[in-house]
Amino acid sequence: MRYLPKSPADREAILKAIGARSIDDLFAPIPAEYRLNRDLKIPRQMAESEIVDWFRQRSKENGLDYTSFLGAGAYMHYRPVIIDSLISRGEFLTAYTPYQAEISQGTLQAIFEFQTMICELTGMEVANASMYDGSTATAEAAMMAVRVTGRSSVVVAQSLHPEYREVLATYAHHQGMPLVTGGFTDAGRLNLKELEQSITPDTACVLIQSPNFFGTVEDVAALGEIAHQHGALLVVSIAEAVSLGIVEPPREADIVAMEAQSFGVPLGFGGPYCGVIATREKFVRHMPGRLAGQTTDRNGKRGFVLTLATREQHIRREKATSNICTNQALVALMVNIFMTVYGKVGLRELAKQNLAKTAYAADQFGRHARVLFPGAPRFNEFVVETSEDPYVINSRLLGHKLVGGLPLKKFYPELGNAALWCCTEMTTRTAIDTAVGMLAESEAEEPSGEHAVEEVAR
Amino acid sequence: MKHVTRKATRHVNQNEGLIFEKSSPGKAAWKLPLLDVPEVNTAKLLGTAERKDVGHMPEVSEIEIIRHFTRLSTWNYAIDLGMYPLGSCTMKYNPRVNEVVARLEGLANGHPYQPEKISQGALRILKTLTECLLEITGMDAITLQPAAGAHGELAGLLMVRAYHHAKGNPRKKVLIPDSAHGTNPATAAMVGYSVENLKSNERGMVEVSALEAQMNEDVAALMLTNPNTLGVFEQEIHTIAEIMHAKGGLLYMDGANMNALVGKVRPGDFGVDVMHLNLHKTFSTPHGGGGPGSGPVAVKQALEPFLPKPVVVNKSDGTLAFEYNRPQSVGRVRSFYGNFGMFVRALAYILANGPDGLRQTTEDAVLNANYIRKGLEGVYDLPYSTPSMHEVVFSDKLQAKKGVKTMDIAKRLIDYGFHPYTTAFPLIVPGALMIEPTESEGKEEMDLFVEAMKSIAEEVEEDAQTVLDAPHTTRVSRLDETAAARKPVLRWKPA
Repeated sequence: MRYLPKSPADREAILKAIGARSIDDLFAPIPAEYRLNRDLKIPRQMAESEIVDWFRQRSKENGLDYTSFLGAGAYMHYRPVIIDSLISRGEFLTAYTPYQAEISQGTLQAIFEFQTMICELTGMEVANASMYDGSTATAEAAMMAVRVTGRSSVVVAQSLHPEYREVLATYAHHQGMPLVTGGFTDAGRLNLKELEQSITPDTACVLIQSPNFFGTVEDVAALGEIAHQHGALLVVSIAEAVSLGIVEPPREADIVAMEAQSFGVPLGFGGPYCGVIATREKFVRHMPGRLAGQTTDRNGKRGFVLTLATREQHIRREKATSNICTNQALVALMVNIFMTVYGKVGLRELAKQNLAKTAYAADQFGRHARVLFPGAPRFNEFVVETSEDPYVINSRLLGHKLVGGLPLKKFYPELGNAALWCCTEMTTRTAIDTAVGMLAESEAEEPSGEHAVEEVAR
Repeated sequence: MKHVTRKATRHVNQNEGLIFEKSSPGKAAWKLPLLDVPEVNTAKLLGTAERKDVGHMPEVSEIEIIRHFTRLSTWNYAIDLGMYPLGSCTMKYNPRVNEVVARLEGLANGHPYQPEKISQGALRILKTLTECLLEITGMDAITLQPAAGAHGELAGLLMVRAYHHAKGNPRKKVLIPDSAHGTNPATAAMVGYSVENLKSNERGMVEVSALEAQMNEDVAALMLTNPNTLGVFEQEIHTIAEIMHAKGGLLYMDGANMNALVGKVRPGDFGVDVMHLNLHKTFSTPHGGGGPGSGPVAVKQALEPFLPKPVVVNKSDGTLAFEYNRPQSVGRVRSFYGNFGMFVRALAYILANGPDGLRQTTEDAVLNANYIRKGLEGVYDLPYSTPSMHEVVFSDKLQAKKGVKTMDIAKRLIDYGFHPYTTAFPLIVPGALMIEPTESEGKEEMDLFVEAMKSIAEEVEEDAQTVLDAPHTTRVSRLDETAAARKPVLRWKPA
């Protein structure tokens, strides 16, 4: 086997040194009746070229060469090539969690820079080294709010990513954490009146997403005011990190739970991605996940270590803030490099292109169908309601190598024939015009531009 | 001689500031394509929601970024540089073909919501990996959704709870041996179970009589690592399973050490009801400085209805699809389908090995651990003489007499060019040195390691201070962790 560095003679020599007659001696502790005395029934050993061929075939069967209008928590942005050049260095790729600080300063300093940039972008004071993804970061942020406030329930916006809500429900189930859902208005924003009525003295936090699942930017300031008036925290989930380049960060939030996939992480059929939790300094000891901190060595030289470990499972066991151990370090490094490449000016310009493409597309779609939620600003997603079933429209588009917006009836049956469309800097005007043209084929000629939609939306 | 100011120092690899310290306005490493739609008035579109300033983000050029991260990388130890004997972490070789196939365009750019019709490649990978892992574990059904081992524990215990709940009583507690990983009790708490400690016997194994005494109808499951964290196979595993099952309890296996069993014995055959795997340990996906991992959970038939949703199913037309209609499911533990990129890598590893390669891999891992044990026996205290599988645990008992602890020996090992072993774990061994060479080490590398460890033991006798002050050869010396925790500095701030 080509990964194994021992010759048959080496094995014999080692067996002899140990004083074992054969390898079977070493497996003697396993009761004989359970030992497997046959080959595993898995595919035979393949050559490297055969492995590449097998996966190349799978790649061909997987939407290769399609142009997609899908977003909904997973975004197609350009990935600068230096991301993969750098993360492919064995010193990053094949290193362990940086517990031994003296020989892990590279990873530790990178995490420290990552934490800093996440703080700058989110408007928070501390950020952790990563969580599994946006959905688990959001669920853990809600649990953190429960620890901080000593209260037990959570008011969740219905416009939070439906799969994030499902994960939250799974986590909350055995925590004694009741979840109350807050609906949305005709503008696609959380209904403030409903929210006021939903909050009780037991509400630990109001949990929203902004831009929300429909791409709509929430009125974070107003939501923060309501939550804080009632002694609850405001937890803001961010699924589209690029929005932070042009949309005000949720400065009124107490905890931000984000998915940083947009920052240089491949779509990869859903993972691995990069969750992050950021918060106020005063809450840091309630935070889950690893943290890198600055310190000095014995000669006074600056260095970095993993710190505040007394929150974590390997020290605190069942009293830990979370059971999380392995996080998404290498993916966080991709995010780190992406943020460094675009930096202060590039992030804004990138976000602006997303805004422009989406504004153009929404306007074009609006000429043939109803674009919902016109009353509030949006970032790079919008909801289009058609008379025809969006699945039918999408299968027509698929024939032209276009993947249409995500039909919403699965998650929001009340929205009927609505679909969530996304445009990024990667979406060409040609693709937009083609999609609009094909959608228009089935839609009535009547002009129902965006401005005319208000009275019929929801 | 004329006085010369010598400014030249060895800067490469040695000194590299924070990226923020290199930033200055006007430098850039990005260029956007030409905008093919009309420019927009951001103020008009966003109103008060428009962000005017993104804060203290760096402004640097591409070459500076390359050098910055390349220099940082040289401060890391890595498997690619040498033996990484971290017990329980399984730092084996990470094959490069895995990285190549994970980046194939259709796989890397596949959107999780793209129609199933054009997702057959990804679905086939999920299905093939599922089949391989079920055969390897001897279990009946599996979820690939959990993002890491601890996340797998969460999914597994949620299923345990749902199983008992469906039978009318979710039960109250989970039994956990005192040698277990910290994630086990932390996970049990997240699922609403109280934790009851189970003492190990003098051989480092579960004391069957204690288990018998503690097992009752309040116990939902026993979370057992096998081989356990001493690297010892639980020889009475079947009795353990019988005791659990007799009172309606379940046997959960923490699969962190599955690399000692693959191709040699299957947990499903020795009574395990639910277990997680760590693809980043046993199946060679890279640790990447702390993640991403992947923690599939395999179960017996009785727990199948409770698997997280969706699951992959065969359709009548021969294609594959996601099945969401799973009324008894514990729900979702993560968005989408899990760390798909890790599935690609793990499957590539399995295909590269085949049945013979996987078995040889396991045999070599166990062979190596026993070679190290033989080499260091007598030099370091071996608290349990029970036979070792894939790792061996010594203690610092002999060296502690000179005031040298396991962490000091570990730091000195760095000077010899090795990453330290796992220190101070498992908790049942005071001053533990937990060593796992994995199958990726040849005889020469292990001989060097044994020599280094022997040499340190001699140093402890002759010149303990050298060991106490180690490491001496790294860019930074021992760092002040107490100060870091007392007054945390968790981000850079502009001066």
